[in-house]
Amino acid sequence: MLDLQWLLIAIPLASGALLLVWGKESDRFGHLIGTAASAASFVLGVIFFINLLGKDGEDRSHAVSLFTWIDAGTFHVEMSFVYDQLSALFVLLITGVGTLIHVYSIGYMEHDERRRRFFAFLNIFIAAMLTLVLAGDYLVLFLGWEGVGLASYLLIGFWQHKPSAAAAAKKAFVVNRVGDIGMALAIMLMFAQFGTSAIAAVNAAAPGATDTVTTSLGLLLLLGACGKSAQVPLQSWLLDAMEGPTPVSALIHAATMVTAGVYLVVRSNAIFDASEAARTAVIVVGLVTLLAGAWIGCAKDDIKKALAGSTMSQIGYMMLAAGLGPAGYAFAIFHLITHGFFKANMFLGAGSVMHGMDDDVDMRHYGGLRTMMPVTFVTFGLGYLAIIGVPPFAGFWSKDKIIEAAFGQNFWVGAGALLGAGVTAFYMTRLMIMTFLSEKRWREDVHPHESPRVMTWPLIGLAALSALGGILLLGDWIVEWLEPVVGHAEHHELAVPAIVLTLIITAVVALGVAGAALFYRREPIAAETPADSSVSLLARAGRHELYGNELNEAVVVRPTRHLTRFLVWLDGMGIDGFVTGLADRLGDTSQFLRKPQTGYVRSYALTMFAGVAIVVLCLLAVTLA
Amino acid sequence: MTPFWILAPVMVIAALGLIFARKAVHAALALAVVMISLAVLYAAQGAPFLFAVQIIVYTGAIMMLFLFVLMLVGVDSSDAVRETIAGQRFFAAVIGLVFGITAVIAIGQTVSGAVVGLTDANENGNPYGLAELLFGKYVLAFEFTSALLITAALGAMVLAHKERLTPRHSQADIAARRMREYAESGRHPGPLPTPGVFARHNAVDTPALLPDGTPLESSISQSIVDRGQVRSEGREAVESVLQDLEGEDGSGTLGGEK
Amino acid sequence: MNEYITLSLILFTIGAVGVLVRRNAIIVFMCIELMLNATNLAFVSFSRQHGNLDGQVAAFFVMVVAAAEVVVGLSIIVSIYRARRTTSVDDSNLLKS
Repeated sequence: MLDLQWLLIAIPLASGALLLVWGKESDRFGHLIGTAASAASFVLGVIFFINLLGKDGEDRSHAVSLFTWIDAGTFHVEMSFVYDQLSALFVLLITGVGTLIHVYSIGYMEHDERRRRFFAFLNIFIAAMLTLVLAGDYLVLFLGWEGVGLASYLLIGFWQHKPSAAAAAKKAFVVNRVGDIGMALAIMLMFAQFGTSAIAAVNAAAPGATDTVTTSLGLLLLLGACGKSAQVPLQSWLLDAMEGPTPVSALIHAATMVTAGVYLVVRSNAIFDASEAARTAVIVVGLVTLLAGAWIGCAKDDIKKALAGSTMSQIGYMMLAAGLGPAGYAFAIFHLITHGFFKANMFLGAGSVMHGMDDDVDMRHYGGLRTMMPVTFVTFGLGYLAIIGVPPFAGFWSKDKIIEAAFGQNFWVGAGALLGAGVTAFYMTRLMIMTFLSEKRWREDVHPHESPRVMTWPLIGLAALSALGGILLLGDWIVEWLEPVVGHAEHHELAVPAIVLTLIITAVVALGVAGAALFYRREPIAAETPADSSVSLLARAGRHELYGNELNEAVVVRPTRHLTRFLVWLDGMGIDGFVTGLADRLGDTSQFLRKPQTGYVRSYALTMFAGVAIVVLCLLAVTLA
Repeated sequence: MTPFWILAPVMVIAALGLIFARKAVHAALALAVVMISLAVLYAAQGAPFLFAVQIIVYTGAIMMLFLFVLMLVGVDSSDAVRETIAGQRFFAAVIGLVFGITAVIAIGQTVSGAVVGLTDANENGNPYGLAELLFGKYVLAFEFTSALLITAALGAMVLAHKERLTPRHSQADIAARRMREYAESGRHPGPLPTPGVFARHNAVDTPALLPDGTPLESSISQSIVDRGQVRSEGREAVESVLQDLEGEDGSGTLGGEK
Repeated sequence: MNEYITLSLILFTIGAVGVLVRRNAIIVFMCIELMLNATNLAFVSFSRQHGNLDGQVAAFFVMVVAAAEVVVGLSIIVSIYRARRTTSVDDSNLLKS
């Protein structure tokens, strides 16, 4: 039965291709086909999951090879898929949240004439993401990796007519490419060292490889993960990616694609377990991104960009957990899943708010929407509570475990994570206040209204999951479920009992909430964004995304531009100059050589006579010798 | 030896004259000098037949041919002194010097060995010996060169031939034309007067005199007139003769009562 | 013996330089004749040195050929003069590039 796992990919892929090829005729029902395909994959995913549940712990990995992809000498790659505990969870997340977002998009994109193509691209995305998580070989994973990159490009730039959208799509693709270099080099290194890129084989060979190899592999994979998951230093594309339609932001840039990096790290756990340096690098990247994302989220007035900063920060948490080794892998995945629920929930909620506010994203123009959009308010609120970590919502359980594991590793890492939790609470409360709870700051002609049912039902679904997602941790279920994949974690004894730590975390969160409430309740919120000069240095840095773009511009873009201009000059001057110069010199030579052709008999006779003189000289030379 | 040392400088100077002469006729004369000197040298070296042939054929025939063509083509034409091709004279001189000196040193030095002399070869006379070779060893070359001569003569005829562009006028045509001209313009139909009718001078450049003593331009060849070489003594001569005729005894055959 | 050869070579050189320097076609021709005569002198001198008459026969043939050549060459000059009214060798320079 699990041999049919490739259907999970085939159905959305076929649907996407069909929708693209069928053309305008299918505009009326294309969205329904797309949603049905996603739902079918979800149903299959549930069936496979139940099948897996019925098996024993060790038996739960089912590999199937569709065909031999590459067979060239020693370079052998199978198109292989593996359905095990880790991929099962991801399949459910991708197809489940994905289907809900498909349903939401039916309503959100109703007035867009290219809605059919939107669904086609969404389906292609689902197919590629499933390829990524089901891959049994790193090269197949890379195939899915690139596929989601393509889908992301198509979807961010969906509103092609907007130059900002096109630029954002290009930026996302290009920055991802930098990460892809790491991924590609890692695969090449695997081949060079282990002779194979099959995941199982590499993970089996990793403990026996040298430190250099495992560290290099780990760092290269981390580079790839940074690109895909928008971690520092490749984070600049994520906030720009909010140019895409909100369902895209919800699905790709919150729930699924950006989590691919975390998946990669967890899947390659054998490599990271074998190299402490790589693990440390992962932890550092996660910690820095965690704090940076939170900083940026505090300063943005665009609701989607604030949520994007939050996404960056939460993935930092996941990376941090993944870097902690077996102690943290399960919690990273747990947080990934719960984050998928509440972040998708909040993004869809933001979309609902935008829909009611005439597609305005500026929170300064919101205010007091809780009365006008109650369903959105309640569902968003549940997501809010989940993300800041209020018990018993999903986010509380996952974040708590991560901070605990962080403290188990190193005090300062734990302290950083704790601080991040506080800042998260601050900026999310700020968002809630500015959008729903403060006084109205609406513009002229804006009549906020609740969204249609087709949009609110997915919201309700996701809100429920945000609320109840913590079930996964019941009885350490998820830890045990994933143990065959990620390995067994020893229990670190903490300096303080677990319950005390939980209380400290909750206190910090409460401080954050209180701080935001005081800050934004005290005086009325300005209806327009204040100028840069009137805000603090920290706020200014946050607004400019910690000057990440400027750094990229100075370090990468400008030198490359100089290089290309130099090469163009070299080509024009040097090579073209050489070639045309050669032709010119040839012309000059021929001009010079035509001078003896005077047409005068006497000058020809002179030349002849000179030749005779030379012959006679030779005669003389011979006689003298 | 002696003829050589006398004639060698002469020949060299004449050759230099050939290449430096302004007028073409002077150059031709210089060449003639060289050729005659060469003939003498042939004679001095025991080649009497060639001595004769050189003078008869080369100097007599070929140089005359040159002179005829020079007359035809323009005896006055002389090369301009300025050289048109840049560096031609300089390089010609340089290379000429180089060649000459090298040749003299190289080739001149290699010629060595005793001089056998032609007394044995000329035993039966020089023409006899030459004839023996000519009609013996070199008879084929002899035949070919004779064919060459015939061809050359034919070729010259063909090249120099000039097609008449207008039909040849017969005597009747000329006469008719003269009559027509007399009828139309009153031109005298008879022959032109001959020059120098008056008995004092009978040269081609002395014009004939009309009965009143004025010279007649049409009696002189046009080319002499164009050259401005018409002698103009006519008038004074007539006066002096008249004086003589009148003044001998006061009663000349002309004027005076008798 | 050497002096005859030397004289011959000197005459030959003068003739060659004359060909290069003079512009009147007929004078150029005359310089060529000078060159031929110089070689004749050499032939006769060598014949004396070797003691047989082959050199003189050769000189004889040179004279014959030179005569034929002069005939044809001069008629060519005449016909060129008739066509172009010039005897300068510089005037036929149509091969100028």
